[in-house]
Amino acid sequence: MTKPPSAAQLAAIKALLFALCLVPFALYMQRWFDDALGANPIEAITRGSGDWTLRFLLITLAVTPLRKLTGLNWLLRLRRMLGLFAFFYASLHFTTYFWLDQFFDLQSIAHDIMKRPFITVGFSAFVLLIPLAVTSNNYAIRRLGGRRWQSLHRSVYAIGILAIVHYWWLVKADILEPMIYGLILAALLGMRGWWREQERRRQIAASMPRPMPGGKVIPLVAKSPRY
Amino acid sequence: MRILKPSDILPSEITPRALFEDRRRFLVGAGATLAAGAAMWAGLPAEARAAAAKLGPLARSPFSSDEPQTPYKSVTTYNNYYEFGTDKEDPAANAGKLAVRPWTVRVEGLAGKPRTFDIDELLKLAPLEERIYRLRCVEAWSMVIPWVGFPLSALLRQVDPQGSAKYVEFVTHYDPKIMLRRPVLDWPYTEGLRMDEAMHPLTLLTLGLYGEVLPNQNGAPVRVVVPWKYGFKSAKSIVAIRLVDKEPRTAWNKSAPSEYGFYSNVNPNVDHPRWSQATERRIGEFRKRPTLMFNGYAEQVASLYQGMDLRKSF
Ligand code: HEM
Repeated sequence: MTKPPSAAQLAAIKALLFALCLVPFALYMQRWFDDALGANPIEAITRGSGDWTLRFLLITLAVTPLRKLTGLNWLLRLRRMLGLFAFFYASLHFTTYFWLDQFFDLQSIAHDIMKRPFITVGFSAFVLLIPLAVTSNNYAIRRLGGRRWQSLHRSVYAIGILAIVHYWWLVKADILEPMIYGLILAALLGMRGWWREQERRRQIAASMPRPMPGGKVIPLVAKSPRY
Repeated sequence: MRILKPSDILPSEITPRALFEDRRRFLVGAGATLAAGAAMWAGLPAEARAAAAKLGPLARSPFSSDEPQTPYKSVTTYNNYYEFGTDKEDPAANAGKLAVRPWTVRVEGLAGKPRTFDIDELLKLAPLEERIYRLRCVEAWSMVIPWVGFPLSALLRQVDPQGSAKYVEFVTHYDPKIMLRRPVLDWPYTEGLRMDEAMHPLTLLTLGLYGEVLPNQNGAPVRVVVPWKYGFKSAKSIVAIRLVDKEPRTAWNKSAPSEYGFYSNVNPNVDHPRWSQATERRIGEFRKRPTLMFNGYAEQVASLYQGMDLRKSF
């Protein structure tokens, strides 16, 4: 296994990643000011920020599988930043909606949240993201305790599903893109389910007394536990 | 030599100015919050338009709106023409492959004299008019477009519709070699109107926009424009018009019957599950504006629907 990066290297990686995560935002800003967002710039920004929220959610959800598959445990140290960027783009997406699209028309926004199913679902996803963003710091983890923090943050799976439903319901007829994102999410969640099941079976196997074969079994090699 | 009075000049002939003003309006709206970008907007090129065949002379129409027209660039780069892709920019990028000549339109079905018309024949069938119409998309955006064409009724009269013809079905071009093959909608795209809607003087058989032949992405070479209905009712690139006795199925209705009714009249009081229809964003404007009943054509068309429950017949 490769050596984990040193503290200095990790800091550099984080700085680079931070800049990279801001690239979509910078590009959209530039296109806005260059009038390069097409005939309906507000729609383009709403969609762009929605796309990037979903992408960052999926990237965040990919960290754990990637870590397990590669054995690069330090990847976990990038997860918080990625998750917070998902929230950053979600906030931009929501701000675009209530500012540029609805122009603070609270009545119309309330009507939308209640009457337009895809908005209802998107709004739920956004609201569920807030506690996760608020508790994405060491202080909160200490306050909550690892276990409670972890069970709170499991809601990101539900958020992922709500995000796909939001996308699926807002397209008129061409479900290709939401389907692709949906399959990626299914794979990311599926891997976790599979690993959890393997772990469960292993534990059951470990706790069950083995059926005693007749005669005596002499172990030839002493096996160390796999995990 | 004839000297034109200012009123003889069609608004479409002074597009660059309209374009400029439209940009200005968006700018003023957005500018309050985004002043930093303002300087950039002024530097826009006047027009980047490919030379297209001019149509003319064009008669003016009392049905024309005097609202500021949506810039040519927006009209021709922000399109819903799913056969060429489902993003708004796709049709402008992909519709170049469409061969618009030779082109014929069969007018058939319950007609005394069914016939096939060549596109060149259609261009001369009736005096061409400029009709500046509002276009309201079901997705809650709108434009103001100077179409060129003549009333569909002039074409339908040529084939002598029978008394039993109660509806008109439009069949549009579909060529899987150049168009989307995924069954996003049931290709070919079809649309329909009731006979009295089809014969209404506002219903335009459309051959051009901004004084020129239709760009491919706008439904070349011939389409219909029904300004009081959501945009998808206005079928593009038509190859056949059928006179029928039963209400025809239509592409969007087949795809989601509870969302897209046969009538699909613009109606701010009946919401679509995805979009509130109470307001719309005029392309180029910053703030939304209220949507008008029948897209502002109530005076001309409301009588067609007397006694009908427009919530049920949406
Ligand atoms: C975690 C939360 C959310 C995610 C992941 C998300 C994701 C997305 C995605 C992927 C799109 C489609 C982009 C495209 O068409 O390319 C979208 C569009 C949109 N979302 Fe969200 N969204 C979220 C929350 C919200 C919220 C809170 C609202 C408003 C209350 C909202 C309103 C919209 C609207 C209005 C559109 C555009 C629909 C259209 O153009 O027809 N979303 N979102």
